[in-house]
Order: sequence, then structure tokens, then C-alpha cells
Amino acid sequence: MESSKISIVVVSGTLERLQMAAMMASVAAVSGNEVHVFLSMNAMPYFVKGDSTPAPAEGPFGTLMAGKKIPPFRTLFEQAVELGEAKINPCSMALDVMGIDGKALEPYLGEPMGLTKFLRDARDAQVWTF
Amino acid sequence: MTERQVIDARGSFCPGPLMELIGWIKMAQVGDEMELLSTDNGSVADVPEWVKKVGHEYLGAREEAGVWHIAVKKLK
Repeated sequence: MESSKISIVVVSGTLERLQMAAMMASVAAVSGNEVHVFLSMNAMPYFVKGDSTPAPAEGPFGTLMAGKKIPPFRTLFEQAVELGEAKINPCSMALDVMGIDGKALEPYLGEPMGLTKFLRDARDAQVWTF
Repeated sequence: MTERQVIDARGSFCPGPLMELIGWIKMAQVGDEMELLSTDNGSVADVPEWVKKVGHEYLGAREEAGVWHIAVKKLK
């Protein structure tokens, strides 16, 4: 089975971008690709343990999505890990700025990571940013 | 005739139906057949692609009253 390495940087906090990042991570991971997700900035608060804050729509499509039975982005990210062995690592800088540590985040996330390691892991990967 | 596990993902949007199918396949035995019900047109293309990629058997799809019935057999 042909497999690609796919790295996804997620810094946005809007529904459309979080949803697309989650769709990409989950579908890529369950299709046998090696998926690494790097979460930072405006994406980070959504992954604090127990957080269920809806992400705001960025444009009309986000409003449309909010009214339909779209798989929640958090569920898709979790499925990427559970069903597709994706790695989702929170950015250590973002955690420092928020004043929290990795233990405050959802359990399916990996250890906090810095850019040096993420960039090294991504050197031979497709890289996507949201 | 092998009894098929029916997975009802009607009303769910992409990639929900694919993820539900995968969850069931993980729990199934080799040789088990599943029939995914989906109202999402994207699934009709996505599911056979995924099945082919990971090495299971795509048994075909039919549409009935706006619902796709997509059949898959677990091979490994």
C-alpha cells in the first residue's frame, strides 16, 4: 500500500479551517498515510480537556455547516488518532502563552512539541497549513 | 448467503460515513461483509477508493430512494 507522509499545521480558530484540517487529517490517516498534526495559536483552546466551544464560522459556508449534521472536527481529529494512528502534538509555545501544560489537553493529543522537532519530522512530508 | 452488518450513516456528511465504516471494519472478523447506508454522494466515490487502498473487497453500490447502499468485505 502506497503511503505518504503528511504534516498539517493548524493555527486557525474558525470552523471552516478546523473542519478542513480535521477532514484531511482523518481521511489521510485512515488511508494508511503517516500523519503529523501541529496545533497552535487560535486552534489550541478547542483542545483543552472538556472544551466544547463551537468554532465560529468564517464565512457563509461555515454558517451552512453549523446547521447540518457535519462530523464534529474534534471527533475527526480523535478518529485520526484512534483509527489512523495520527500524531497530534500541541505547540509548546502556545501552551506557554496560554499558561497551561499538556496535561490540560484532551488525552488523544501527544506531548507538547517545539518547531525544531516538527520541522525535522516534516522535512520529507507534504505540508498543509490551516 | 453471508449476513451483512448494516451501518446506518444516513444524514451524516463526509467523511462521517467513511469513518463509521472504518470503525466497524476494525471490530469485524476477516470475511465479514458490511453494508453502509449513506445519503452523502461523496461516500460513493470515497469508500471504494479507501477499500482499494487498504486492501479490502468492494462489493458494489446501489441507490434506493436517495440512499446509497455500499457493500464491503473485510479481507484482512
